[in-house]
Amino acid sequence: MKIVVLVKHVPDAQFDRHLTGEGHTTDRDESILSELDEYALEAALQLAEARGGAKAGNKVIALSMGPAGAVNAIKKSLQIGATEGVHLTDGALAGSDAAATSLALAAAVRHLGADTPVDLVLTGMASTDGETSLVPAQLAERLGLPQVTFASSLEVDGGRVSARRDADTHSETVEASLPAVVSVTDQINEPRYPNFKGIIAAKRKSITTLSLADIGVDSSQVGHAGSWTRVTAAEERPPRTAGTIITDEGDAGIKLVDFLAAQKLL
Amino acid sequence: MANVLVFIDNPGQALKKSSLELLTIARSLGETAVAVNGELSDDVAGTLGAYGAATVFRPSAADLDDYLVAPKAAFLAAVADKSGATIVLLENSPEGKEIAARLGIRLSAGVITDVVAVDADGTAHKSVLAGSYTTTAKATTPVTVLSVKANTVDPEPAAAPGAPETLTVDVPADATAAAARITSREQKVASGRPDLTDARIVVAGGRGLDGDFGPVEELADALGAAVGASRAATDAGWISHDAQVGQTGKTVSPQLYISAGISGAIQQKAGMQTAKVIVAVNKDAESPVFEIADFGIVGDLFQVLPQATEEIKKRKA
Ligand SMILES: Cc1cc2nc3c(=O)[nH]c(=O)nc-3n(C[C@H](O)[C@H](O)[C@H](O)COP(=O)(O)OP(=O)(O)OC[C@H]3O[C@@H](n4cnc5c(N)ncnc54)[C@H](O)[C@@H]3O)c2cc1C
Ligand SMILES: Nc1ncnc2c1ncn2[C@@H]1O[C@H](COP(=O)(O)O)[C@@H](O)[C@H]1O
Repeated sequence: MKIVVLVKHVPDAQFDRHLTGEGHTTDRDESILSELDEYALEAALQLAEARGGAKAGNKVIALSMGPAGAVNAIKKSLQIGATEGVHLTDGALAGSDAAATSLALAAAVRHLGADTPVDLVLTGMASTDGETSLVPAQLAERLGLPQVTFASSLEVDGGRVSARRDADTHSETVEASLPAVVSVTDQINEPRYPNFKGIIAAKRKSITTLSLADIGVDSSQVGHAGSWTRVTAAEERPPRTAGTIITDEGDAGIKLVDFLAAQKLL
Repeated sequence: MANVLVFIDNPGQALKKSSLELLTIARSLGETAVAVNGELSDDVAGTLGAYGAATVFRPSAADLDDYLVAPKAAFLAAVADKSGATIVLLENSPEGKEIAARLGIRLSAGVITDVVAVDADGTAHKSVLAGSYTTTAKATTPVTVLSVKANTVDPEPAAAPGAPETLTVDVPADATAAAARITSREQKVASGRPDLTDARIVVAGGRGLDGDFGPVEELADALGAAVGASRAATDAGWISHDAQVGQTGKTVSPQLYISAGISGAIQQKAGMQTAKVIVAVNKDAESPVFEIADFGIVGDLFQVLPQATEEIKKRKA
């Protein structure tokens, strides 16, 4: 199987995150591989391993679009087990919204499928910075492929993919033929950590850099110019401040109710 | 004034509050048309009129629910073309956002999700980075697609109700060609409690509950609240994943969020820190949840919660 996993380089949520510059884009100084994309990578590795792994010709290509630093998300993916990395990077991509991102990623996926076709594109359920979950659906629409999104389990068998999706009122089983775009939730598996062997092996794996010209995209189609939405203003919300903290002396439950009554919440 | 299109998927026997909110917002922006997939009862048609819908568009096909997202987006794109809509409003559910996503590509329209307010010119307001920023965003395209969160306006019928005209729109022939098929659907049992996403009060429990959600459920029932949970609690299988609040669970903005036995990790905060009032019960005074609590109790939840439940029952009796 040839699987492309989309991995995004995002600001680490453990630190304060900021919007900067004219386009109010996220500051990427303290960035990491988006945690939610590790589930997609794990799902890809499991599918590849079940088919004999890299030795049997299975490929797991980690593709990331982003500035120079995004190569770190690819390196981490290689350490975890991806077989090769692809970094789509170009100054003109800065400030791309979901529509522009999906356009560039769609072109990159087509480019990667030019020699041998891609069977599956796996993505996370949402990027931990943009949190829109728009990219997988838009990518599927652009590539004219079935979308199987928010999969909490995944099976691939004989050219078909089947997945379970959980909604509030029901869960459903979804089926599509390959190739398909599949996004997975954090319920699907337990992502592995890179081990020492993986870290050493990653040094020998190749990372291909692609520019917009390589994938046949014009700079006017992406970035601020090619985006269909603009963030016109951004304001940092004052952090919540701590209120009254009491220590239970046997009557805290009653004090809690007093507080709710005073707030007219009963 | 804009031509606004509202998408309502499977209204059932009565419109949900979130649908009424979309109709209310639509009316404030311009002339409203509605696209309805699934059965359309007389009651629902009447409510659409009462909320000012001028036109109701129905798909030519009855099997859109057999597929995931794609054919619904194709239908909606056809309706948007026909109605001349410049703003399309959808529910902010996972499926609503995905329909919006594909519709955006089909219409070459900017999509903005998680919207909490819309200005007359289609400018949208939302919060990002786990609620740490509020932003305004605007589509630069002729059509704007917005998915709007629930509980953002009070539903209000139109001053003068209308009798909308119903039109059928052809679902494009290729709509299901590359769509994933839904092969089975399993209904979940309803809890009888309010829906977590739009509950006025949420009582949530975490690892501190140590397998026993009783104290949280009893307090929730005394308050008429929904039950929420941290991922530690749902991962342990103590409660359904549907109850998870946070980055990969639900985002809630209730009037009151009571957090019990939850430490307050960033991913948990992402789902609840826009609550109006936060109460935290945790035995560790150093827990980060106390940094955002309006009222914090350092104590054992197995003492504090039952005592509060008893007290509420006493006062309500
Ligand atoms: C990609 C990703 C996504 C995630 N998404 C989410 C998400 O959507 N939602 C979410 O919640 N988490 C999420 N998490 C997990 C998150 O990081 C935390 O691990 C989780 O929230 C911890 O749950 P907790 O607070 O219940 O458990 P803990 O952090 O273990 O805290 C338990 C708390 O209970 C207190 N306690 C114990 N006993 C008692 C008692 N008797 N009385 C009172 N207090 C007591 C302890 O003092 C402690 O503070 C995510 C993590 C990742 C990596
Ligand atoms: N710049 C990017 N590079 C690689 N993958 C991305 C990028 N942006 C989004 N994705 C993928 O799309 C998923 C959903 O992202 P989003 O739509 O931004 O919430 C992520 O989990 C990634 O798998």
